[in-house]
Amino acid sequence: MSLLEIKDLSVTFGGLHALKDLNFHVEEGEIVGVIGPNGAGKTTFFNMISGMVTPTSGEILFEGESMIGLDPNQVTQRGISRTFQNVRLFANMTILENVMVAQHCRTNKGVWGSLFNTAAFRQEEKEIREHGEKVLGFFGTRLIGYRLEQPASVLSYANRRRLEIARAMATKPRLLLLDEPVAGMNPMESAELTDLIGKLRSEWGFTIVMIEHDMDVVRDVSDRVVVLDHGETLAQGSFDEVSSNPEVIEAYLGRPLEKRK
Amino acid sequence: MTATTVSNSGSANEPLSIDAVSKGAFDFDMRAALTSGLILALSLVFIALCGIPEGLNERLLIKPVLSLGYLSLLWLPLLFGWLSGNETVLEGMVATKKGARDIVRGLFVGLIGGLGLSLLTVLMDAFDLRDPLVNWSPATEEVLQFSRSIGFGVIAWPVLGAILGAFGAALHVMPEKIRKAVMAGLGTVLSFAIFATFIVDVADFLDDLLYARRGGLKWGWAIALFVIGAGASFLGGGRKISEMKSSYQAATGPAKRQQTTTLILLSLAALIIIPLITGKITQELFANIGIFLLLALGLNIVVGLAGILDLGYVAFFAVGGYTTAVLTSPNRGPDFEGFPTLPWWGALLVTIIIAGLVGLFIGAPVIRMRGDYLAIVTLGFGEIIRLLFLSDWLNGWFNGAQGITNVPPADFGFFSVKGTDPRSVFYLVLFFAAISIYVSWRLERSRLGRAWMAIREDESVAEAMGINTVNMKLMAFVVGAVLASFSGAIFAAKVGSIFPTSFLILVSVIILVVVIVGGMGNIMGIIVGSVVLIGVLGGPKQPGLLAEFSEYKLLIYGALLVVMMLKRPEGLVPNARRSRELHQDEFLQDAWLKGEVDTDDDMVDPSTGGEGTVAPA
Ligand SMILES: Nc1ncnc2c1ncn2[C@@H]1O[C@H](COP(=O)(O)OP(=O)(O)OP(=O)(O)O)[C@@H](O)[C@H]1O
Ligand SMILES: [Mg+2]
Repeated sequence: MSLLEIKDLSVTFGGLHALKDLNFHVEEGEIVGVIGPNGAGKTTFFNMISGMVTPTSGEILFEGESMIGLDPNQVTQRGISRTFQNVRLFANMTILENVMVAQHCRTNKGVWGSLFNTAAFRQEEKEIREHGEKVLGFFGTRLIGYRLEQPASVLSYANRRRLEIARAMATKPRLLLLDEPVAGMNPMESAELTDLIGKLRSEWGFTIVMIEHDMDVVRDVSDRVVVLDHGETLAQGSFDEVSSNPEVIEAYLGRPLEKRK
Repeated sequence: MTATTVSNSGSANEPLSIDAVSKGAFDFDMRAALTSGLILALSLVFIALCGIPEGLNERLLIKPVLSLGYLSLLWLPLLFGWLSGNETVLEGMVATKKGARDIVRGLFVGLIGGLGLSLLTVLMDAFDLRDPLVNWSPATEEVLQFSRSIGFGVIAWPVLGAILGAFGAALHVMPEKIRKAVMAGLGTVLSFAIFATFIVDVADFLDDLLYARRGGLKWGWAIALFVIGAGASFLGGGRKISEMKSSYQAATGPAKRQQTTTLILLSLAALIIIPLITGKITQELFANIGIFLLLALGLNIVVGLAGILDLGYVAFFAVGGYTTAVLTSPNRGPDFEGFPTLPWWGALLVTIIIAGLVGLFIGAPVIRMRGDYLAIVTLGFGEIIRLLFLSDWLNGWFNGAQGITNVPPADFGFFSVKGTDPRSVFYLVLFFAAISIYVSWRLERSRLGRAWMAIREDESVAEAMGINTVNMKLMAFVVGAVLASFSGAIFAAKVGSIFPTSFLILVSVIILVVVIVGGMGNIMGIIVGSVVLIGVLGGPKQPGLLAEFSEYKLLIYGALLVVMMLKRPEGLVPNARRSRELHQDEFLQDAWLKGEVDTDDDMVDPSTGGEGTVAPA
């Protein structure tokens, strides 16, 4: 059984078919790259998996269970977490708070615990904090130390992207959806993040679906690449197969992917 | 102003210091001064036509020279004079030296303002516009003419305006020490004069000593108080306090914790002791402040923490009041015949449960909406609840417009809380306020508090990060409802009767203003807001220290809200996070100046960076 299986998924916005009869699957432990020209429907695809957009028809199965009709928080609770293409951090919360609040659905102490400051409450707070520091520590020293108590708004662009990933990691997902994780980073930064994405699988055990425009990154980490265009799957397969597919080259304005450099 | 003076400097190789520019006493931006003078004139005429000077003329502040009516006009030229000398000094600029120029400008502004009143005096004499303008009356005219002649009024107003404007501006020119002394002196005199009832209530013996028989400070004492206030400040009275404040702010870790605990214990002790030595008026004032503080603390959880703009918060106050009244009073609706009356604390338990349920019931449909829609729907529910209590349909329970009377005092055996003993009410309120403060404080720093914060920042992202936003917001709504019901229960025991008219929409509005003006999301701010607004101006029906102004209370509330929104939207005592939200740019600039802003640590050669690796559009 695939970890995530999507069957004949469609969505329309008004008259626009953002996705048409999409079929897609992810196996446990895979890293799948999703590419496609602007407006192809990649982000919409993520929105649908994470429950932020309801599909018009089709089925989404996660670990064999249907996810249609679940609220985004229930989807996260089941173990799918995402980042946003246009970084959407809680800008006025501190960096630590950003990753602490993401563990909300993995913890349960409520009014009673916080009012009476019970031992269980303190223990849970401690664990939330420790796990938060652990995911932040994944990015070296950039997000920890004195940064912990700073508001997220002071971070540089690249660090905000890293914090987005850290926040998604903090929800303890099984499947991580990364929407253009290296956008806006310089080549050195993206090379470093490419390594880290590999580690997300090898060290943290996440299965990953990643939307990315940077072909170097896609080539370096993806086991499999899916090409979307106009809401439809254009091609699937290894990076080499896909990048030599004439239809894909056509979709990318008629230029071969490799030669653009 | 900066722009004009700098451009005057001419020579290009002179350093760009504003001080280097020579300038005469009249070298200021005439247009800006004229505009501010005209605004002053309009404000003065507006106040005069509201009837405030005439209505408050009987209330003497300093016998025989100053009444509250005149003060309601005279403070404005002073303020505008002061503001006209204010200027923002940008980072890296040298402030202009204050001098004769500023005084002339202040004088000019005040003069124009005064001329506005002169014009009004003349017009009042010449025309009769009493029909649309109620206060276009002989009485107002008399005040504007200083009870002498029209000529006297026409000349006196510009002269007074100019003097006060110049004085206001001169405050900038004085050395800091003298300025502080003058302000402290003025502050002392005015506080003693304005808060006379309160001061006499606290210290009875001062009545004959300081105040004339029919009100107003004796003028000899006015001068003495000025000297005392100014002298105390001059000799460094205020410095100790500000030193203590900065040392408190600088402290960290366990030291700060200890200081905070001491501070809390000290204020608690003061709050317990003060009502023992003061008279009834002060106790009543404290009790009213406390009742509204309780409401404001509850609303703060809803609006300040969870970001739900609830305009119908009075509903829960009403539910608390009515439930308590119905359960404790023998005079409730006939349908309750045979139902035993409960003691107050027993009723309180039921009240809490009912308020929580009503919170759930109202919250469930409302909470899925966002922003404006939610605000309007809560506004509706606030009214619906009141109308239900008023309705014929539930007449058998709540007696409709007759309300429920004879609500017995809250009896705790060793002490009983009733309206005729405001001190007991205050102690009860203090107890519940302590609970509410503790609840707010704990919740804010917990998993729930973080979730609320995230919802406030970005609701859809919060939901995508696994927060059940509906449940969380509902929880805030219910906690807020329960805290409001405390207040309602105390209110019922205090007033002894409950009517639908006690729960007008105005109550919601005033509590919201308290929260906003005080500082949304900050407990200290809420306390300051309640003391300042409810204590000084008064609640919807409760008089404050400035009981004389109760007729113009809403006008002042409105004006205050507008000024706050323009000048200090984060409130008097802002929540650090909230001011960051409202002043993001300033905050980032500040952080940048302090070197805290993050720059990318691994910059690469820009000639290779960025290009080529991105897929085509
Ligand atoms: N909520 C919405 N309402 C209406 N149209 C939408 C909505 N969301 C997306 N669309 C449209 O659906 C199409 C697909 O958009 P989507 O954001 O998924 O593209 P994308 O592949 O992520 O592009 P990019 O590479 O620029 O991020 C676009 O034409 C977009 O305008
Ligand atoms: Mg996109």
